[in-house]
Amino acid sequence: MRNPLSKNVVNIKPSGIRKFFDIVTEMKDAISLGVGEPDFDTPWHIREEGIYSLEKGRTFYTSNSGLKELRMEICHYLHRRFNLQYDYEHETVVTVGGSEAIDLALRAMVDPGDEVLIPQPCFVSYYPCTVLSGGVPVVIELKEENNFKLTRSELLSSITDKTKILILPFPNNPTGAVMDYDDLKDIVDIIIEKDLYVISDEIYSELSYGEKHVSIASFPGMRERTIVINGFSKSYAMTGWRLGYAAGPALIIEQMTKIHQYAIMCAPTTSQYAAIEALKNGDSDVEMMKDAYDKRRRYLVHAFNNIGLKCFEPFGAFYVFPCIKSLNMTSEEFATQLLLEEKVAVVPGTAFGDCGEGYLRISYAYSIDNIKIAMERIERFVSKHLPMTNR
Amino acid sequence: MREKILLAIDKNSKLSVEDLAIMLGSSEEEVSTVLKQLEDEHIICGYPTLINWDKVKCERVTALIEVKVTPQRGLGFDKIAERIYQFDEVQSVYLMSGGFDLTVIIEGKTMREVANFVAAKLAPMEAVQSTATHFVLKKYKEHGLPLVQAKQDERMLISP
Repeated sequence: MRNPLSKNVVNIKPSGIRKFFDIVTEMKDAISLGVGEPDFDTPWHIREEGIYSLEKGRTFYTSNSGLKELRMEICHYLHRRFNLQYDYEHETVVTVGGSEAIDLALRAMVDPGDEVLIPQPCFVSYYPCTVLSGGVPVVIELKEENNFKLTRSELLSSITDKTKILILPFPNNPTGAVMDYDDLKDIVDIIIEKDLYVISDEIYSELSYGEKHVSIASFPGMRERTIVINGFSKSYAMTGWRLGYAAGPALIIEQMTKIHQYAIMCAPTTSQYAAIEALKNGDSDVEMMKDAYDKRRRYLVHAFNNIGLKCFEPFGAFYVFPCIKSLNMTSEEFATQLLLEEKVAVVPGTAFGDCGEGYLRISYAYSIDNIKIAMERIERFVSKHLPMTNR
Repeated sequence: MREKILLAIDKNSKLSVEDLAIMLGSSEEEVSTVLKQLEDEHIICGYPTLINWDKVKCERVTALIEVKVTPQRGLGFDKIAERIYQFDEVQSVYLMSGGFDLTVIIEGKTMREVANFVAAKLAPMEAVQSTATHFVLKKYKEHGLPLVQAKQDERMLISP
């Protein structure tokens, strides 16, 4: 028999999270600070709208790019929140989560051999999706001393004459880093000068705890070279609804919609109706959840610094990324031992790129009571394993 | 800061001053000072516990009574409301708009006890024109918190 598998696919490394997931599921009564999704239920008025759409029998396909009313609301939202202007008809596509939008954007823009710049640590899908689309991933290793922001010099030194796309994942999963107006301003002229395109993954944009989120597409000259990716999972606690979207120049969105049309057809109809309600009447929910995350964020940063694990202050998403280099363990050893000894599940930083070595991703999408118990156990674990000299 | 503290403890009065200070990005001194002020000004009027008595053996009944009253010249409804809320059985008294004047919420050990209170204490008051008593059969949610068991975290233990 012939080998049924594609070499391209087989060569992709399985996700580091997956490997750890298998160990965690063995552990019965573990508590966790390891998830990448909100602990809140989707607000009831949004769920209710989804239920209502089912009662009305709205169980058919929508147009490929999504319900017109939803796309109009998305454009209102992007304008109202981030001062971005898009034409709903030609410049938006509703996707199955932000993840699909990432895949579509890469597949629509990458030719074999094109280099795609991926700042790490970052979400797990950019690298494999680049490989699957025939591109060459080029990793930029972000540094804690720069608060895990992408700097001008890091960007410049990674660009070759094959570089076509920069992925900009801020607010960042796993580090919680953000790029504010000045940080972005610093790199915009290089992007334009080197004629790069940007895939700006802004799925955590609503969870910015310092200044208001700024989209790179709002800079002069950037709109025509940026695909903005956003969605409902994080801001409205709607992960299971699988709904995201992309907005960008018609030239690119048109091709993305073509792939979406053939591969997916359309995003789930029920979710689309619920999402209209989210955009219309969900602002106070977002505010309430952000406020709760912010309290936990402060609590965790304080707690980690207190037990002697240096933790830079993250201003976005719902993760802290403490440094464990003072212990003589790798991230994976730390996470595994912590699970075995104290039954707390956290994700090793290496799941988000090699440069995540020496860090852990701790999620604060948990109740403060849960966080407290977990932190007590982590403290006990650290004091047991911290070398004498570092105490 | 006052509003931030109030919102933070509205649903959880157990938060310690230390935790509040960390979570609100403030200092323990500031939080204690503000809490003291709020108590002095009677903005924070108490720190009760939300108990689901249905799950405890001891019997309790709650009744909501619609009361129509004659307001008194110069005093409006306040005087009669005060006469009513002084009774220990009375949990809450609200002045209402609409078809009746006061909502009075009573808690007693038995239905008879509540009925006695209405018949012997409340209804005979001079200013009270009429009462309509509704007994509570089951409580689902109070103070913004569901009284049913919190549901289990159904998320996977880790996810990207």
